[in-house]
Amino acid sequence: MKTRLILALTALFSSSALAESQLNLTRGVTDISSRVYDLHMTIFYICCVIGVVVFGAMFWSMFVHRRSKGAKPATFHENVKVEIVWTVVPFLILIGMAIPATTTLIAMEDTSDADVTVQVTGSQWKWHYKYFDNEVEYFSLLATRQDQINNRLDKGENYLLEVDRPLVVPTGQKIRFLITSDDVIHSWWVPDFAVKKDANPGFINEAWTRIDEPGIYRGQCAELCGKDHGFMPVVVIAKEPAEYEEWIAAEEERQLKAKEEEQRLMSMEMSMDELMDLGESVYLGSCAACHQANGEGVPGVFPALKGSDMALNDIPAHIDVVVNGASGTAMQAFGNQLSLRELAAVITYERNAWGNDTGERVQAADVNEYMNQ
Amino acid sequence: MSTAGEAIQDHDHDHEHHDHKATGVTRWLFTTNHKDIGSLYLWFSFIMFLVGGAMAMVIRAELFQPGLQLVDPHFFNQMTTVHGLIMVFGAVMPAFTGLANWMIPMMIGAPDMALPRMNNWSFWILPFAFAILLGSLFMEGGGPAFGWTFYAPLSTTYSSDSTALFVFSVHIMGISSIMGAINVIVTIMNMRAPGMSYMKMPLFVWTWFITAFLLIAVMPVLAGAVTMVLTDKYFGTSFFDAAGGGDPVMFQHIFWFFGHPEVYIMILPSFGIISAIIPAFTRKPLFGYASMVYATAAIAVLSFLVWAHHMFTTGMPVFAELFFMYCTMLIAVPTGVKIFNWVATMWRGSMTFETPMLFALAFVILFTIGGFSGLMLAITPVDFQYHDTYFVVAHFHYVLVTGAIFSIMAAAYYWLPKWTGNMYDETLAKWHFWLSLISVNVLFFPMHFAGLAGMPRRIPDYALQFADINQIVSIGGFAFGLTQLMFLWIVIKCCRGGEKALAKPWDGAEGLEWTVPSPAPYHTFETPPEIK
Repeated sequence: MKTRLILALTALFSSSALAESQLNLTRGVTDISSRVYDLHMTIFYICCVIGVVVFGAMFWSMFVHRRSKGAKPATFHENVKVEIVWTVVPFLILIGMAIPATTTLIAMEDTSDADVTVQVTGSQWKWHYKYFDNEVEYFSLLATRQDQINNRLDKGENYLLEVDRPLVVPTGQKIRFLITSDDVIHSWWVPDFAVKKDANPGFINEAWTRIDEPGIYRGQCAELCGKDHGFMPVVVIAKEPAEYEEWIAAEEERQLKAKEEEQRLMSMEMSMDELMDLGESVYLGSCAACHQANGEGVPGVFPALKGSDMALNDIPAHIDVVVNGASGTAMQAFGNQLSLRELAAVITYERNAWGNDTGERVQAADVNEYMNQ
Repeated sequence: MSTAGEAIQDHDHDHEHHDHKATGVTRWLFTTNHKDIGSLYLWFSFIMFLVGGAMAMVIRAELFQPGLQLVDPHFFNQMTTVHGLIMVFGAVMPAFTGLANWMIPMMIGAPDMALPRMNNWSFWILPFAFAILLGSLFMEGGGPAFGWTFYAPLSTTYSSDSTALFVFSVHIMGISSIMGAINVIVTIMNMRAPGMSYMKMPLFVWTWFITAFLLIAVMPVLAGAVTMVLTDKYFGTSFFDAAGGGDPVMFQHIFWFFGHPEVYIMILPSFGIISAIIPAFTRKPLFGYASMVYATAAIAVLSFLVWAHHMFTTGMPVFAELFFMYCTMLIAVPTGVKIFNWVATMWRGSMTFETPMLFALAFVILFTIGGFSGLMLAITPVDFQYHDTYFVVAHFHYVLVTGAIFSIMAAAYYWLPKWTGNMYDETLAKWHFWLSLISVNVLFFPMHFAGLAGMPRRIPDYALQFADINQIVSIGGFAFGLTQLMFLWIVIKCCRGGEKALAKPWDGAEGLEWTVPSPAPYHTFETPPEIK
């Protein structure tokens, strides 16, 4: 009966239900990831062989040495030689396994002589990438829409594995990642590179990869980091070196221009409608995860902005907490995450949405003045 | 069912006048009787098993489909956290303490535990601990949501105020465990019947003896960890905060220095149970008794040298990674010895397959599968891929559910006739076994695939490629959860009546507990038996 059930289950698994899903570890796209895959398969096959021997002996006993078949119990209960054998043999198998594991591990931890260095900083719940060799840095946030998560819209192909701005790296070059965190512990993981390294606040971890094939590679945060831990994907685009050079140069220029543009726009007054429109989109992207789209927060965890004394009465305190964060709490410093216009807009939005209705506008110049005090 | 055992009913009348016990609730509140306290522990752990199981049902219902359907992510995190805490500290550990209370005195020929008042106290603080923990779920901001491993700084700076209650409740659980462990050690060292030398003790007694030392060694470490979390959060210390000179990774070192011996605390007594049941239904003595004792001790010693294999991705030096990889792989050797010894015990025996034996055989196979995935996880370079995925979830549920919990069920069926004086319903029990066996594998086996394919653990929503696997897993989960209600019914039915059990209902069983009548009188071995 048991075998028939197992057969039925196996049939179920192999036919319809799991036909489209990946069931094994990925071989990945780097030399290291493929060595890791080989190690994984080797130890798996070793376990299978041991399993067949041990379970085989067990099932043999169960079928042959059963009382209903008239088996009479033997009386042996000790044998030192046998004990020695099944202590020593597994030990030797383990040594055989430890050798390739050791060489692979040592190779994985050798981060010297990198061609490109990227600093990866986790925070609740996004990644920040900073290139060491160019003036390029940006945040990378989940791009899946809230309506898809809440089942109001159909889910796309890369549901929960898509970001607004992926990390871009060259193929064929050794890329070193310096991994750290701004708040809790996160873990930066891309299965195709066999790279998973914790982002510890206050400490910097190193990892590296050398990608063989251009492509888009997806991963996720692997360490529980609070409410939206499941909504913190990693996306990496690997480009041919020439293409990468082109991209990074263009990106560098774009970011430089944006800064200049910001200075130029400083003197411009934004209207209430402009501020509220921009503010709402910034709020939903950066603030709503904690303070909620309705501004009511989560009682006991994340404070409400709707009707809060600060949002109604205290502009300097409001600018301060958004720009600098509040130490000892989950409130991050957004001064380096958002542009001056975005900061001004989101503060204005928080002071006028959900019936807060102060009618006050905060302009980029106000924020700039505060930051330069 | 075996009936060859010989009933020893003639002592019944001698014992009856000793069986004075209070009635009603005071009997249970003030009891110092090891059998009463054992029953209290076992019932409490079963209630906690159902409470923790209900939380698992919430988790599996939310994960039945991609997208958020039933709960919000913050509540989901509270469910995974409290599910883990309840199952570890509320279900598995008290169940083993209950078995120890019931069986150790009877197995070594002692009249009771050595410290009966402390025994009462160590049980009765537990309901308060769990009332506090469960109550914290209803606080503003919710209960603990940082995983049962409560890594700092998620559990300090970034946690809600229920953390204070969590810390207090873990302290109480720890005190209870330490008192229980002291009691076991003192009992075993001082109250063995004449002639019961250490190397004649049943393996259940041996494994609990070693477990108790592990408990005394590591529960204070846990107490230290939660206290540091408390002072970091409320009193301005910086043990785990780099800004004040601390280190969040140090938390993990301290936690897992407790945590790894803790997982052996939850499996060593299982080894003792299985070592009692397999010989009984094979009608052949346990193979390699001495090597079983040495293997258990070796596992216990090694358990202090492997903690950082939970932390390979935290950025340790290569040398440390290698050291912990080698030590972890070494654990496979004594664990293998135990499994080989069980198989050798079965070899050329005369086997029958009553429910305790079925659970014991399932234990050997499924625990071994959990051991295999454990060996895979030990290989550091590959662990980088497995770490914090469903592969790990599958691994530790194989060793804890089909390992620890299956052994507890085996023990319950094996000793129920002794406890209640009645045989349980064998037909229903076999249904319970087969339904559990099938559903538990539908529940946990596909998790290996989800993890290998890249699904992180502790997420309330997942990418579409994991949808099919999660649906199968959830169906297995609901089935396994419902099946356990059968167990409740079987136990209640057995308590209320049934075919009368002989003093030794299993013809192949060995041990002093089978020399007293069934049900075991309120007081046993007031005059110590003589062991030859």
